[in-house]
Amino acid sequence: MELLVLVEHRRGEIREVTFEMLTKGREIAQKTNSRLNTIILGKNIRDKAEVLARYADRVLMIDDERFEFFNSDLYQQVLSNIIREVKPILTMIGHTSYGVDLAPSLAVSLNIPLITDCLDLDIQDGQLTAVRQMYGGKIYARLNVRKSESYIATIRQGVITASEGNLKGEIIELPPPDIVEPVKKKFIEYVLPKIGEVDITSADILVAIGRGIKDQANIPLAEELAKTLGGVLACSRPIVDKGWLPPDRQVGSSGKTVKPKLYLALGISGAFQHVIGMKNSQLIIAVNKDPNAPIFNVAHYGVVEDLFKIVPILTEKIKELKKKTS
Amino acid sequence: MEIIVCVKHVPETAEVELKIDKTGRDIEKSGLVFDINEWDDYAVEEAIRIKEKLGGNVTVITVGSEDADSTLRKCLAKGADKAIRITDKRINTSDPYIIAKILSKTIKEMPFDLILTGAQSSDDGYAFIGPALAELLDIPHVTLAKKIEFKDRSVIVNRELEGGLEEVVEVELPALITIQTGINEPRYVSIMGIRKAMKKEIKTVSIDDLGLSETEVGIEGSWIHVSEVYIPSIERRAEFIRGTPEEVASKIIEIIKSRGVI
Ligand SMILES: Cc1cc2nc3c(=O)[nH]c(=O)nc-3n(C[C@H](O)[C@H](O)[C@H](O)COP(=O)(O)OP(=O)(O)OC[C@H]3O[C@@H](n4cnc5c(N)ncnc54)[C@H](O)[C@@H]3O)c2cc1C
Repeated sequence: MELLVLVEHRRGEIREVTFEMLTKGREIAQKTNSRLNTIILGKNIRDKAEVLARYADRVLMIDDERFEFFNSDLYQQVLSNIIREVKPILTMIGHTSYGVDLAPSLAVSLNIPLITDCLDLDIQDGQLTAVRQMYGGKIYARLNVRKSESYIATIRQGVITASEGNLKGEIIELPPPDIVEPVKKKFIEYVLPKIGEVDITSADILVAIGRGIKDQANIPLAEELAKTLGGVLACSRPIVDKGWLPPDRQVGSSGKTVKPKLYLALGISGAFQHVIGMKNSQLIIAVNKDPNAPIFNVAHYGVVEDLFKIVPILTEKIKELKKKTS
Repeated sequence: MEIIVCVKHVPETAEVELKIDKTGRDIEKSGLVFDINEWDDYAVEEAIRIKEKLGGNVTVITVGSEDADSTLRKCLAKGADKAIRITDKRINTSDPYIIAKILSKTIKEMPFDLILTGAQSSDDGYAFIGPALAELLDIPHVTLAKKIEFKDRSVIVNRELEGGLEEVVEVELPALITIQTGINEPRYVSIMGIRKAMKKEIKTVSIDDLGLSETEVGIEGSWIHVSEVYIPSIERRAEFIRGTPEEVASKIIEIIKSRGVI
């Protein structure tokens, strides 16, 4: 059998989710006695293909300037043909901004069952099963996919630990493909994040607020605590979405990745997209009134309590302490 | 501009303790408060703003039971012109592929320039319906939009990538765009406003009206099937600090002092 992993790369770098998928792919390939293929579309990508050859049995490469930038329209046309030719039992694509733009329409056009945002997956007797999260990570689900000769799955980033590659895969350069369908979508440019006034990635102490802060008027409460601790205020996405704090304060997959000495999470549920940005902090303390909030699965210490009862007292006590020691 | 917005009526689960229901395949939903999916709320707002600027009509569509009418009413109160609910008991066990098919059958018969959906729903989070629907309708799509601007017969969209990066893409109309949170500030509607919208009609459609057979919907037509849901076993559970707020604060200080943080 054949397995296929789509390489995700941007601005000269292969994205980590690729190696995570290739690690999973190798595990499934060994178990099912399959061949692991990976495909990379891009411009001037020979060096990348050589890196990838350590991770897959075959690297399919299309080096063509039309693929300099990701475009799901173009990718879909090319991948449809590759999938028809290679006939992989499973095609893996990252559940990323690129993957979510590509996989659903690709699957529909090929009429191949797709399962998105998988944390884990397995093939037994030609049947695909997967594990996913629901309800912001509070519930897990095991799913069966309708029996088929081919499946597509998108894989959540940052869940599988990528292992080093030690294979010597073959690199096969494919000829530039014919693009037959009209391309209705066109890449124009990247927009880089604005450089903010604070750099939360270099702070030793972060006090992070989530939707549990309830109102913009309550933010000074957390800010005061951050200041007293000698730290900086950070937040989850809804706080930025509401315009209460600027985007450079956001922690998570679409914000910053931080590793402070202390991460104090106040009223943050711990959705995956948030956790991926802070789980490697040295000390995580979370305050949340819901004992089942997923944040408690990554926190070292947890407080099940109304944050408004804890924060003022904590601030006061630290102030006292600082007075004593100074 | 004729705009269609697909919305979903979902339970709010962030602050409640969830239980597994009798089937073992979903959570117990009785007692939960339902509302419009967060991403869809931004999509409806965006549609109404486009209408306010360029003229036209906004039609909201949902697949769901009568309960979902409260979400549709909310959209009407915000400024949507028409609401359609596709409803049928046989749809209950459908996966997102079937839902996309049902939506495409409904929308095929309607005039439109632009379709908006949320980037994903907060309950099962597949992030599938939008682009799948676009493919079924044979129109282009852009996902995760953070900004939309019109230029002749095309749209310029800023889409969100990872780590705060965005890309700008141009797509021809008609097109489908999925909306990411934070693109705008959804307006608030009062209870009074919703009451007023009670007068607006919600059109209901069944799968027979759409010419779909029973085997095309429900489990039989689905790609994926939930076999079991469970509350995750925890690999690394926090150590809980208990006591009065006073005691908790003291313990937190002890911990951070012992770690040399302060
Ligand atoms: C493509 C994509 C990218 C994303 N990127 C990011 C990202 O970079 N960063 C990010 O954070 N999110 C991101 N998200 C959103 C993410 O999925 C969640 O929606 C978000 O993290 C939830 O934020 P929250 O925890 O603050 O809010 P909620 O999930 O609503 O949680 C609020 C929490 O506060 C608690 N609470 C309420 N009141 C109190 C109180 N008085 N005292 C104590 N606790 C209280 C509740 O119990 C609850 O657990 C992204 C989503 C998508 C689809």
